[in-house]
Amino acid sequence: MISNPSMPPAASPASKPELDEDQLLHVSLGPQHPSTHGVFRMNVVLDGETVVSLKPVFGYLHRNHEKIAEGVTYLSSMPFTDRLDYICPLTNNWAYAQAVEKLAGIEVPERAEYIRIITAELTRLINHTAFVGFFLGDMGAWGSALMYAFREREKILDLFEDLTGARMMSNFMRFGGCRNDLPDGWAARARVLVDEFPRFLDELENLITGNEILIARTQNIGALPKETLINGGITGPMLRAAGVAYDIRKAEPYGIYDRFKFRIPLGTTGDCYDRLMIRFLELRESLAILRQALDQLPAGAYIHPKAKIRNFKPPVGEAYARIESPKGELGFHLISNGTANPFRYRIRPPSFINLTLLEDMCLGLDLADVVLILGSVDIVLGEVDR
Amino acid sequence: MEHPATTSRPSGPPPTAAWTLPGIGLLKGLAVTATNMIQSYYRKDRMTTVQYPEERATISPNFRNFPFLVYDGSDAMAGMRCTACSICENECPPQCIYIVLDRDENGKSLKRPKVFDIDVSVCMNCGICAEVCPFDSIYMDGEYELSTSDRFGDLLFNKQRLARSTDYHAQLRPLEAAEVAARRKADEEKKLAAQAAKEAKAKADKEAKEKAAKEQAAAE
Amino acid sequence: MTPDLPAILTRLHAALPTAAIAHLRNPSPSAQDSLLVAPESLVAVCQFLRNTADLDFDLLSNVTGVDWPEPAKADAVAVPPEGTTPLACGFLEVVYHLYSTSLRIGPLVLRTRTTDRAEQVHIPSVVAVYRSAEYQEREIFDLFGVRFTGHPDLRRILMWDEFLDHPMRKDYVAPDDYQYEPTPHDAVLEKAKKYYPTKAEI
Repeated sequence: MISNPSMPPAASPASKPELDEDQLLHVSLGPQHPSTHGVFRMNVVLDGETVVSLKPVFGYLHRNHEKIAEGVTYLSSMPFTDRLDYICPLTNNWAYAQAVEKLAGIEVPERAEYIRIITAELTRLINHTAFVGFFLGDMGAWGSALMYAFREREKILDLFEDLTGARMMSNFMRFGGCRNDLPDGWAARARVLVDEFPRFLDELENLITGNEILIARTQNIGALPKETLINGGITGPMLRAAGVAYDIRKAEPYGIYDRFKFRIPLGTTGDCYDRLMIRFLELRESLAILRQALDQLPAGAYIHPKAKIRNFKPPVGEAYARIESPKGELGFHLISNGTANPFRYRIRPPSFINLTLLEDMCLGLDLADVVLILGSVDIVLGEVDR
Repeated sequence: MEHPATTSRPSGPPPTAAWTLPGIGLLKGLAVTATNMIQSYYRKDRMTTVQYPEERATISPNFRNFPFLVYDGSDAMAGMRCTACSICENECPPQCIYIVLDRDENGKSLKRPKVFDIDVSVCMNCGICAEVCPFDSIYMDGEYELSTSDRFGDLLFNKQRLARSTDYHAQLRPLEAAEVAARRKADEEKKLAAQAAKEAKAKADKEAKEKAAKEQAAAE
Repeated sequence: MTPDLPAILTRLHAALPTAAIAHLRNPSPSAQDSLLVAPESLVAVCQFLRNTADLDFDLLSNVTGVDWPEPAKADAVAVPPEGTTPLACGFLEVVYHLYSTSLRIGPLVLRTRTTDRAEQVHIPSVVAVYRSAEYQEREIFDLFGVRFTGHPDLRRILMWDEFLDHPMRKDYVAPDDYQYEPTPHDAVLEKAKKYYPTKAEI
């Protein structure tokens, strides 16, 4: 047995320096605070401006989605998944549909796979552009960047409204395909959007990436060693910003991702600046996937002809399936005992598990950096609290 | 796999070591903001908001909001397609549909709803009821201006409020309504044809029987 | 890539001769078999899986808690090898999904079970091996009531600290204490009437 360097840093209080309790300031940051991205609270202990302890407090948006899912049919849980990470409903739909397909052994037609990839990558565009806007907002640049990001997001949401009937609560994927086919002219409109998007990205990059204030605020903030990040279960852009080449689209290609040529951008240090840049680079790669998928889009069925909408009962057993959602690894663990309702329905939420190392990232930094680091994790409370 | 699983970053952050004139990045950003502001006065793609309610954004024909019930003919209650089978009630994720089957005095099902309520303050616009309905009875509406001052009374839609004619459906979603109408017509014709065939067969059987009886009588 | 469970099981038996580990079959088309590990050997098994270079299961992706009031149902989902004596009482189960980021292997499904659902609900925490279990174990403690021994900070996470029950248990009954709104469902409507005056009274 060889020793592994990836032991987590000792969390024992003994390792902390002696502090005068009277000099410490306890700050309850949140839950109603614009920088916490929803109803999230952190109990921060400050020594002057320096963070000496940070304990996240969860549960303000807890509605026990997993328990609700046990009481309804498999299909009925699909619209609830929209409300997990409500910025990216279509990737949530896909992760759940994939888990049920694995559990019941359902095939997905080729056209449906293409539609899924197109919608999922458009969702990534939405998430990452919105992330840039929110991140700038956390830094105090409230307004411009977010408005520009939301303006472009709106164009994608228009496409989603035409395809799924709703801008955000899509409820689109079905076990064995998608609910409906692309409307007439939809692919051409998506193509126009994809062709115009790089111009917006150039503009957004011009707006912020060279900004001296942004560089001063984000570089060398919040970085952790690769081994600690993997051990802490951090996935998605956060992990790749630290230089770990781990993207489920490549590591365990689901759907038809193995057909497309795209690269996995990697950061070097894993600080907040790298986390911001990695999103820009991923946006460009998503556009590459979208161009290929829209060019190759085949004709055919959008749902498996034998897919059951009513009275769906998967066989007894369990399945765990995961996808690379824009925020990280989104997994669904389903246990079926052969009835119409799942016996156990578990979500592995990337936003929630990416917060595991929040305290480690913030210790020793200023309170203003805490807001920035939390922003760089990219959480949505609908998914954190479920 | 032909291409490598990973590559190093295609482009990176600007090297911090290289000296640039301080403030150049800031000015670049300000130029972008200025461009956006000036162009928002004359370019549609820069200024996408509309002044509701004077102006209205175009709503997609596929937009779905709350469900409605379709009826055939002119009498909403008599022509209602709903058979009170309760499939939508069971599949509804937030359980906002409430159905009571209508029965005659002998307790026999009349295959129509006595009560059909949808609590739209609970409804989450998912469209699963429309998807699972085997009787082409429930569809999603596109009406969205439903604000009311009576929080409980006006947001509980009964079957009178939910009823919409086939014309309304055809106007709202022409493609879907045409497809449904064609399918229902085909089904109806099939049914009629099957009934006609059944009647013809019964007639032929009767004639054959009579003929056989006659022959038997003749033989005796 | 799916892990080669029989080979891993052989190596585990060789490295940890005292550990009780069984291979459970998954009857569904997903065919994700699992290893049932006795709670006392769980940490050692995790350490072996993480620290062995050619296994290198460095990412604990997911931790699921499951409540099994009827053990027969658990045996149908994860089928034990022939000749295993069926369990007598219900139990709580914790399922771990492990991946190797470097070798691209996974998921390796580990499961471990408590003795019963009431008193003997202790399972050793794996936080010292996999930090990613920290909040997930807290969640399972909160919602299922599994007590993770050795967890650095075992508190409720989603429910509030004063909450007493464990809501994800199958026999949990929601208390009749939240505010009902009049809805068309008569069961809820009846409850709501207790809290709201009827229209005539207003």
